[in-house]
Amino acid sequence: MVTRTQIISTISKTFVFAFLLGLAVIVAYPLLWMLMNGFKTNAELFADPFALPQQFTWQNYANAWNRGVSNYVTTSVLVTVTSTISTVLISAWAAYGLTRVKIPFSKFWMGFILGGLMLAPTVALVPLVKLMQSLGLYNTFWALLILYTAFRIPFTTFLIRAYMIDLPFEIDEAAEMDGASRWRTFWHIILPMCTPILVSTVLLHVLFAWNEYLFAMVFTSGSGIEPLPVGLTSLLSKHGTDYPVVFAGMAIAAIPVLILFFASQRYFIKGLSEGVGK
Amino acid sequence: MAGTVLDTAPTAHPSTAGTSKQHPKAQPMFGRKRMARGLWWLAPAIAVLIAFVYWPLLQNFAFSMMQWDIYSGRSEFVGLENFGKLAKDPVFYTALGNNFLYALVSLVFQVAGALSLAVLIESRRSEKLRRCLRALYFIPSAISLTVSGLLFYFIYEPQLGMLNHLLTAVNLGQLAQPWLGQESTAMMGIIMMSQWQGFGYSTLLFAVAIQRIPRELFEAAELDGIGPIRQFFHITVPLVREMTGLMVIVTISGAFQVFNEVMVMTSGGPNNSTQVLGTWLYENGFSRNDFGYAAAIATVIFLLTLAIGLLQMWYTKKRRVQW
Repeated sequence: MVTRTQIISTISKTFVFAFLLGLAVIVAYPLLWMLMNGFKTNAELFADPFALPQQFTWQNYANAWNRGVSNYVTTSVLVTVTSTISTVLISAWAAYGLTRVKIPFSKFWMGFILGGLMLAPTVALVPLVKLMQSLGLYNTFWALLILYTAFRIPFTTFLIRAYMIDLPFEIDEAAEMDGASRWRTFWHIILPMCTPILVSTVLLHVLFAWNEYLFAMVFTSGSGIEPLPVGLTSLLSKHGTDYPVVFAGMAIAAIPVLILFFASQRYFIKGLSEGVGK
Repeated sequence: MAGTVLDTAPTAHPSTAGTSKQHPKAQPMFGRKRMARGLWWLAPAIAVLIAFVYWPLLQNFAFSMMQWDIYSGRSEFVGLENFGKLAKDPVFYTALGNNFLYALVSLVFQVAGALSLAVLIESRRSEKLRRCLRALYFIPSAISLTVSGLLFYFIYEPQLGMLNHLLTAVNLGQLAQPWLGQESTAMMGIIMMSQWQGFGYSTLLFAVAIQRIPRELFEAAELDGIGPIRQFFHITVPLVREMTGLMVIVTISGAFQVFNEVMVMTSGGPNNSTQVLGTWLYENGFSRNDFGYAAAIATVIFLLTLAIGLLQMWYTKKRRVQW
């Protein structure tokens, strides 16, 4: 006997499933559309935006690559790698100092470093331009490296600190008794123990640096060293009518982070869910 | 254990606790020197933050009370004149209104919507499907806002845009319009792109929070014949309250810092109808070189985000006490 509640339950379950599936289509279809358009000719794109390309041609990707995307990728990779190293290192040092070393006014310094979490980058934009100009760093790679580091130290320190504080202090005492210096303890004992959170912070920083737009636009526009997000917009303004090339450029920007995300989901989720409590 | 973190500086009086337990008299000088050496661990972070975060922030207040001469590059002190100008600037109010609209719509989608969605996902029996959906919905959050902004620029585009073609295909051709090209729809177009981009992120976080709720609660409710809707309001909502509070704050704070998507999709146009505080600051500071005025807008953003940040701190503290 099938009861009424069972019928209702089955219907509602089907509805929920259809809804979730529909939402998945809404998310995935625009992205697939973007990828597909990168393979079309301009005429095909304008004739029918939904149609599949007649033949899959890598020409647009090659064109995009040759029309500047290779430079944008180089800058993006360089800025991402260097700023990840500097941010995570400086933050790990700070987290170590805040959790495992006795320092004067430590509460104040913790507030000082983590307080940076509240500050929006836009707020400091005008003075930063003046500052970078006077330092001769405007329109250079260094401006991005410095700013990506400075504005991410609070968040990264926060994450690493939260992890380090839970490591047992007997470790430090044992290392000290064995005659290990603070420096050695940090590099050879504490840092390796923090590997999970370090992976999370590296991933989150890579995502940030690869995608950042505000600083990149203000500090590198027209300089020839634009990273990808800025380069893409100039690809559109320079080759405005050749849309498939722009689509190809967008795909080139999106695919590396997607691969990274799927390869390391677990760490991403861990970093995100701990970071939101900042 | 927490002592190392919470200990503040030792005072000069040897009688005061907090320096050293073993040698209350000899230790202070030595201990303090030793402690000061510990500051080296923080030195790089502090130096970078002072030079490139805090100092520019302070300078911004000074800048907001100055007026630059574009040609000579000289500046003079004008007091609160820039703020007076701001108070009379209709575009400033448009921008502020757009930021509020952004916050409001984002609260609906990224908090209420994401929480309900997370519940629906977690109600599926298959773990594989749940994981798959969470990851899929998250994808737009991983890619650059520039890419998704450009993507939706093309989707809204009147000629080759997917949206108009889709409407025509389902016989709603009369609804087709230049979405980003007219004042009435441009802002909403950008905001909806932002929802597409960000809902997976908050859904993921809510899903993590829901997973932390003990299963027995739902099983007990099930046995008592309590339906899924009542379970949602009486178990899930109260028990993820903490995450909800944080997401509300993160969402509002993000809404007042919007910049990237607006810049990519409309640059504030048409006719300034999609300006937000960030883009209006940018246009005044870097297109019109009115640094003082841009700094005044920055000060407004600072005060708004500070208020939200303090709210967050208060909330986090309250939560800590409860634990």
